[in-house]
Amino acid sequence: MATITVDGIEIEIRTGERLNAIEAAARAGVEIPHYCWHPGLSVVGSCRMCLVEIGTRDPSGKVSMGPKLMPACNTLVRDGTVIVTQSEKVQHARALVEEGLLLRHPVDCPICDKAGECRLQDYYFEYGQAEGRRADIRPFTSRRRDLGDVTFFTDRCILCTRCVRFTREISGTSELMVRDRGAHEEIDIVEGFPLNNKLSGNVVDLCPVGALGDKDFLYKQRVWFMRRHQGVCTGCATGCSIWVEENQDRVHRIKPRENPEVNRWWICNDGRYGYPHVHDPDRLVGAVHRDAGRTVPLDFTGLAARLRDGLQASGGTLGAVLSPFLTVEEAYLLATAIRQLDSGAVLAIGPVPVVGEDERFPGGFTIAAEKCPNRLGVEKVLAHFTGGVTSFDQFVAKVGEGALTGAWVSGGYRDPWIEERTAEKFARLKTLVVQDLFPSPLSKRATFELGGAAFPERDGSYVNRQHRLQSVGWAIRPPAGTRTEGSILWELCGREGLYNASVVLQELARKIPAFGAAVGDFSDIGIDLRLNQLA
Amino acid sequence: MAEFEPVLLANVGKDNSHTLKAYEAVGGYRALRETLKDKSPDDLITTVRASNLRGRGGAGFPTGLKWSFLPDDHPGPVYLCVNADESEPGTFCNRVLLEEDPHQVLEGTILSSFATRASTAYVYLRYEYPKSLARLQAAIDECYGAGYLGKNVLGTDFSLDVYVHRGAAAYVCGEETGLIESLEGKRAWPRIKPPFPAVEGLFRKPTVVNNVETMACVKHIVDRGPEWFKSIGTPADPHNPRDPGSYGPKLYQVSGHVNRPGVYEAPLGLPCRELVDRFAGGVWKGRKVKAVVPGGLSTGLLAADQLDTPLDFDGPVQAGCLGLGTAGAIVLDETYPIIDFLYNSCRFFAHESCGQCTPCREGTHWALSMVERIKAGRGRLKDLELLGEIGDSIGIIPGTTICGLADGAAWPIKTALAKFRDELEDYVKQTNPAGYADIQPAIAMPAMTTH
Repeated sequence: MATITVDGIEIEIRTGERLNAIEAAARAGVEIPHYCWHPGLSVVGSCRMCLVEIGTRDPSGKVSMGPKLMPACNTLVRDGTVIVTQSEKVQHARALVEEGLLLRHPVDCPICDKAGECRLQDYYFEYGQAEGRRADIRPFTSRRRDLGDVTFFTDRCILCTRCVRFTREISGTSELMVRDRGAHEEIDIVEGFPLNNKLSGNVVDLCPVGALGDKDFLYKQRVWFMRRHQGVCTGCATGCSIWVEENQDRVHRIKPRENPEVNRWWICNDGRYGYPHVHDPDRLVGAVHRDAGRTVPLDFTGLAARLRDGLQASGGTLGAVLSPFLTVEEAYLLATAIRQLDSGAVLAIGPVPVVGEDERFPGGFTIAAEKCPNRLGVEKVLAHFTGGVTSFDQFVAKVGEGALTGAWVSGGYRDPWIEERTAEKFARLKTLVVQDLFPSPLSKRATFELGGAAFPERDGSYVNRQHRLQSVGWAIRPPAGTRTEGSILWELCGREGLYNASVVLQELARKIPAFGAAVGDFSDIGIDLRLNQLA
Repeated sequence: MAEFEPVLLANVGKDNSHTLKAYEAVGGYRALRETLKDKSPDDLITTVRASNLRGRGGAGFPTGLKWSFLPDDHPGPVYLCVNADESEPGTFCNRVLLEEDPHQVLEGTILSSFATRASTAYVYLRYEYPKSLARLQAAIDECYGAGYLGKNVLGTDFSLDVYVHRGAAAYVCGEETGLIESLEGKRAWPRIKPPFPAVEGLFRKPTVVNNVETMACVKHIVDRGPEWFKSIGTPADPHNPRDPGSYGPKLYQVSGHVNRPGVYEAPLGLPCRELVDRFAGGVWKGRKVKAVVPGGLSTGLLAADQLDTPLDFDGPVQAGCLGLGTAGAIVLDETYPIIDFLYNSCRFFAHESCGQCTPCREGTHWALSMVERIKAGRGRLKDLELLGEIGDSIGIIPGTTICGLADGAAWPIKTALAKFRDELEDYVKQTNPAGYADIQPAIAMPAMTTH
C-alpha cells in the first residue's frame, strides 16, 4: 500500500498501481482541472491547467514541498506523495491559464453546442478571476471549417490536441494535425484527406470546449434539456456501454459511457449515429389480429390472454424464435411462456446477422462483425431450456415440414432480416405471432402482428461477446399503443403487476448456472458471466 | 588576462583551417588517438566532470553530470545529438566554429560519443547555415576517409557514425526535446519531462544533447587536462556549495551598435564593459551605451550602469537577467528606443513560440498585440502594467510551461520594464497624450502583419 495525501486527505492506493496526481486526487474526491490530459491518451502536459504543488512526506512525517508547480497529469504518485491543489500559488496559476485561453476565445456560449457541458465555462466559473483584462477588443469572429465527419469551430479551439492524439493513437488514422505555429495554430486536416474513420465521433466527446461539433447533433438540443440514461449499444456484439440522451421520449444523442472492461471511453460511429430507426415513422406500432382476411386492432389490455388463446387454439406443437436482439430476461420469459403452453415446444434462436469481419483499431477498440447484441445471452437461455441451440434454419425447416401449428417469432432487427421465400413457409402455421420493429414479409403473414420495442425502450440485460452481462433500464417510452416485449411476455407468463427486469434476472440467475454470476448486485460496468464457472 | 591565448578560435583565420590537413598540422585528433589508446569511457566522463565544464548552449548545465545520468546497463543504442540549431538572436559562435574549424567540433563529438558509449551522433544544424553544412559534411567525409569515423575508429572496438540533420529554421528546435522530436521527423514540440532525454530521448533511447561549443571544449579538456580548464574563468563561490563555477574559455559574440561586431574568445567572467569597449571597439558613432543584452535576446537587458557585470554563468543573474545564455551580447546605443527593443523581442517570441503550452502561446501573442498598439500611438499606462504581469506569468512561476523558452520570452519584457520603466511611460504619454490614462479596453489593432 502507498499512502498519498491530497489537500490533507490521506488515501491509500495499491502498491504497483500507476496513478497520476489527477487520478489520485479524484480518489480523494478532489478535482484537479485539466484540458489536455485524458486517461485514454498519451500525456502532453501542454494546457498547464493541472499545475499543482507536489511534495513528499518522508517516513518521519516531515513534508517537503517542491519549489515548482508540477503538471499533475505527468506526476506519478508514490508512497508519501503530497498533493496541494488549493494553495494561492496554484489558484493563481489556474486563473492565468483560464485568462490565456479566453484571450482569443469568442465566448459565443449562447450559440455554442457545448455550452452547459463545457470545461472552459465550468473552470472559468470555478477558477477564473473576476476581472476581465482583455486589453484589446477584437471584432467577433466565428470561423468554421468542415473537417469531414465533424465541423470545426476554429476560434473556440484551445489547442489541447486531444483530437489529434485520438486519431493517432486510438483510431490509427492520423487525419488531424496542428497547423501553423504559436497563436496562429489551428487544428486541420491535409486537404483531400478528411476526418472520416469509424471512430471519428469520439473527437467531439474528447473536445473539452465547443470547437468540434457533431454534425448529427449540431443545434438540435441544448444539453441541459436532455436527461441521460445508462444504455448498452445493440449495434454489434461488442456491447459498448453508452449514455442515451433524450428529451421527452426523443433520443437526441448517444455518447460513450466509460467501461474499462468493454469500450473504455469510446464508441464507434455506427453505434453513435445508429439511433434514428428508433424514431422511424415506418415502425410497427400497436397490435393487430388478422382473421379470415379481416384485420382487427387489438386492445392494450387483455392482449396477453388473446395471444395465449390464439396459440392454444392452433392445437398442436408450438415453437418460438428468440431473436438475438431480445434481452436475456425477455428471452427467458418467452421460452418460459411458450413452454408453459406446450412443454414440448420447439425453441430456436433468430438469425444472427454477420457483416464482414471484426474491425480492430490500434487503440484496442473492436467493432464486431456480429451485428446483434445478445446472441450469447439468448443461447445460454436456450441451452437451459432445450439443452442445445436450435438454429433459425432448423426451425424454418421444421415449420416447412408442418411439424408445428403455432409459433411466436420475435424480431427487433434494424435491417430487413427475412426473405419472402422463407416467410412463405410460415403460412402453414395456424397461429403465428410476430413481434417486430419493422414490417416484414413475415409480419404481413402473422395472425397476431405486434409492434416491438427499440433498444432505448427496453429494460433488461445483454451478454456481449466476452460473456459480459450488462443490465440497463429504459430511456424512453415506446410509441403510443406499443407494448415492449418484456411487458407482454411478463403478462403471458401470468405474472402480476408490471414487468420488472431485475426480478426476472435474479430468478433466472438462480435457476440457470450460466447466469450464476449475475445473482445479487453488480456494478454499472456489468459482470463477467464466466466468473463462477472458473471458481 | 593579457596572457590568455585563444584556444577555441586558435585556428580561425588560418588558411584552409577547415580541412583535416590543417587541423592535424596543429595537433588535431591527437587527443582522440591518445584516448582510444588506453582510456575507458568512464575515464573520459571523470575527466570532463573534473573540469566542471558547463554546457555552452545557454542553460549552463554541467556536461559531465548530464552524461552521468545515462543508465549504466542500457543495451543501447545511446545517441548523442550536437545542437547546432543556433537560433538565439545575437548568437553566432557555432557558425564560426563549424565554418572555420569543423574538425575541432567533430573531435569533441567523437570523444563525447566515446564517453557516452554512443554509436550514432546527429548534428542538428540550423537551416540558415549552408556554408556550415558544406564544411561540416566535408569534414565528416574526411574523417571517414581517415578512419576517425565509421566502423572501428582507429582500429579499436569503438564505432561511430555522424549524421548532419538540417533543421527547418525554428527557434524551438534548439530546445533539447524539441530538437529530438524534430530529428524524429515530428513537429518540434518539446516533450514533457520526465522522462529526461538521458533516460528516454531520441527514438525513445538514452540521449545526450550538447551544444557545438561544448563539444569543442571537450576536445580541449581531453587534450590539455581538466586542470588547465579550471585555471581559466571564475572559480566557484566557496559559500555556495551548489555553484559549479564558471570555468574555461568562452566565445563571446557582440553585435548591435558597436564598431567591431564579431566573435571573441575570452575567459569566462569577462566584464561586459571590457567586451564592448576592448573587444568590440566601443559603441559606434561615438555614442554611449544605453543597454546591453548580455547573452542572447532571451536573457533580458543590462542597463548602462550594470556594464561591470562579469559575463560568467552567475553574473547576469545578479544583475537581474535570466543568465549568461549563449553569451551573445547585443549592444544598444543611447539613441535606440526601448519600445523598439520590446517590439522586436515580443515579435520574435510570438513568432517562435511553438504554441504548445497555453501561457507561452497566449502570453507572447498578447504582449505583442499590446506593444504593437503602444507603438502605433494608442498605448495606455495600464498596458505596461499588464505587460509586466504577462512577463511574470509566462516566466516567473517555475513550471509554468513544458520547456524553458517561455522564461526566455518573459525576461526581455521584465527587464525592459524594470530598468526602463520611465522611458516607456514617457513614450506612452507622449504618443498618446489624450488616452494614456485610460483603463478601459482599447480597440485592437488590425490583424497582426507579422506571422
